[in-house]
Amino acid sequence: MSGGFNANHLQFLLQGAGWTLLLSVIAFAGGGLVGFVVALCRISPLKPLRWASLGYVQLVQGTPLLILMFLAYFGLSILGFSLPALVAAGISMTIYVSAYIGEIWRGCIQAVPRTQWEAAECLALSRVQRMALVVLPQALRIATPPTVGFMVQIVKNTSLASVVGFIELARAGQVVNNSLFEPFLVYMLVAGLYFLLCFPLSWWSRKLERRLVVAPRLEAAA
Amino acid sequence: MTTPVVQLDNVHKSFGALKVLDGVSFEVGKGEVTAIIGRSGSGKSTALRCIDRLEKIDQGRITVCGHQVSEPGLDLRQLRRDVGIVFQSYNLFPHLTAAENIALAPRHAKGRTRAEAREITERVLAQVGLSDKAACYPEQLSGGQQQRVAIARSLAMEPQVMLFDEVTSALDPQLTGEVLKVMADLAAGGMTMVLVTHEMAFARNVADTTIYMHGGRVWEQGGREMFDSPQTAELQQFLGNGL
Amino acid sequence: MTYRFDFSSVLAQWPLFMHGAWLTIKLSLLATLLGLLIGTLCAIGRGSRNTVIANACATYVEAIRNTPLLVQIFLVYFGLASIGLKVPAFVAALAAMVINVGAYTTEIMRAGIESIHRSQIEAAECLALSRVQIYWHVILRPAMERVYPALTSQFVLLMLATSITSQISAEELTAIANRVQSDTFRSFETYAVVAVFYVLLSLMMRGLFWAAGQALFTRRRKLGTPL
Repeated sequence: MSGGFNANHLQFLLQGAGWTLLLSVIAFAGGGLVGFVVALCRISPLKPLRWASLGYVQLVQGTPLLILMFLAYFGLSILGFSLPALVAAGISMTIYVSAYIGEIWRGCIQAVPRTQWEAAECLALSRVQRMALVVLPQALRIATPPTVGFMVQIVKNTSLASVVGFIELARAGQVVNNSLFEPFLVYMLVAGLYFLLCFPLSWWSRKLERRLVVAPRLEAAA
Repeated sequence: MTTPVVQLDNVHKSFGALKVLDGVSFEVGKGEVTAIIGRSGSGKSTALRCIDRLEKIDQGRITVCGHQVSEPGLDLRQLRRDVGIVFQSYNLFPHLTAAENIALAPRHAKGRTRAEAREITERVLAQVGLSDKAACYPEQLSGGQQQRVAIARSLAMEPQVMLFDEVTSALDPQLTGEVLKVMADLAAGGMTMVLVTHEMAFARNVADTTIYMHGGRVWEQGGREMFDSPQTAELQQFLGNGL
Repeated sequence: MTYRFDFSSVLAQWPLFMHGAWLTIKLSLLATLLGLLIGTLCAIGRGSRNTVIANACATYVEAIRNTPLLVQIFLVYFGLASIGLKVPAFVAALAAMVINVGAYTTEIMRAGIESIHRSQIEAAECLALSRVQIYWHVILRPAMERVYPALTSQFVLLMLATSITSQISAEELTAIANRVQSDTFRSFETYAVVAVFYVLLSLMMRGLFWAAGQALFTRRRKLGTPL
């Protein structure tokens, strides 16, 4: 048994947490961009786009993230790139997030009442104008609580980047544990750090959801 | 002197600062039909709900079928085996057919066998005139039909007294008739009934006693003559609006 | 690009993959059943008037939902071993998965239970049904029908998440994929084939759940409308 848990170990874990945050932001930004395209394709009037995006979503949602990580990691090396693990992790998380958030956003767009679409159409707005000026702003409001809720999933899923060697929080925990052999202590601490990252997002998402249910009723009463 | 089936004795009840029942007393004898009428907020529904212990009273005594409803030692399930109640919004179980709705309580709360429960179900469905709707789900039935199934569901427990809480108020006018007919038949068959209703004609013609409640109190009480010559100004005004 | 794809050596291992898929199914179904039981009990506990029970259930749910499954698996496997409880990888994997899916199931069942209107319970009480009978016939049965789609989605996600247990060398499809790719040196092909297996498994699971739903919920089958 080597020396006890000290400040160095804690610092290492905190650095890992920092990388977790970075990967989460990359995943959300990249996945959000692609996911937005996916959502639009899913409701496109063009059949090939609809089918292609549906196929994409079904494929990605039917594959474990861990397998996606491996595919990105080994796929990149086949293509001749020797890029850091962050890139492989970033690409696989982007693909993963895009499929799930795409579906969430599609649902939110479709949750905007049909009457809004029709009203916009009757004002002679083009499809693009209808989307951008009338539907999407309303969909945005509906989408905020589940999107914030999904951010929690993103942060947790970055833990799988550890299997491709990316030193985020979970991997940092493994490294510290390998030198200390105190798995209970180390992993409870790691869990605690994840909790500190995730719980505020969970709480915020619930608060947004409550406000979303109450606000329309208040607006209607006014 | 036979003991009354339902007896309220100086019952008081408040919801917070609002006094809803202010010394209510009345009796219902075996085989009698008592109607309770009055404006919204007069306390009539609350009084009815207190009979089946859906609300607890603050003061006074309620005795139903020999049970001391207001006492803490009450066997609630036994009380509910003796008292049947039908609600304004029917409250049928949506995931069960009409027959399953009716057979549920006899099977599980009274321990009837499957064959006995089936026989009871057929009997009460025939009684309310819905034998052909046994396999229908509530959403496939009209409001009047659902309410009749609800009545059948309570009848299947073979209660000693039936309570009706404004059971036709949520129905379209053309559907109230079929429900009132079932209730009139029940009354003719000798069932002890207490009903809160806005149907003045029904109260006047079918009920043995009608109680007019106002401001949480029994204002007037009587038979048919109460409708023909109301004693108090409040009842005169109420009936003037109603009829 | 000098790499030449060679799927043949990987596809030759298909009996091994089938075995891995079977292990994954076993682990998933077991975790599903136990997770549903725990989730239902915890959902009832969450609504309990006893604040100790209600808070304990809420804490359990929040703790699990805000930490990654990977860390939970490590805690169960390595953490328990370090305090003397050495369990086989399969048991640890199952335990961690049950604890994990139990928390998510609790939230889903809670939503279902809360969707049952108070008047339904009142009507059941007035029919002299006992507390347990009311819970089963009037609350849980329709609640489960209502949240069935959410439940089945959760359980398909659970099946996909079993891949994470490969990290403690539990025997399932991903662990077998790891072995095959190190034997054949065809990593990309191996994981591509295994990805297809998982997609097929999730389609199969969804089909199975749909069929079970048709069999269990007679009303839904006959009327086709949501509850």
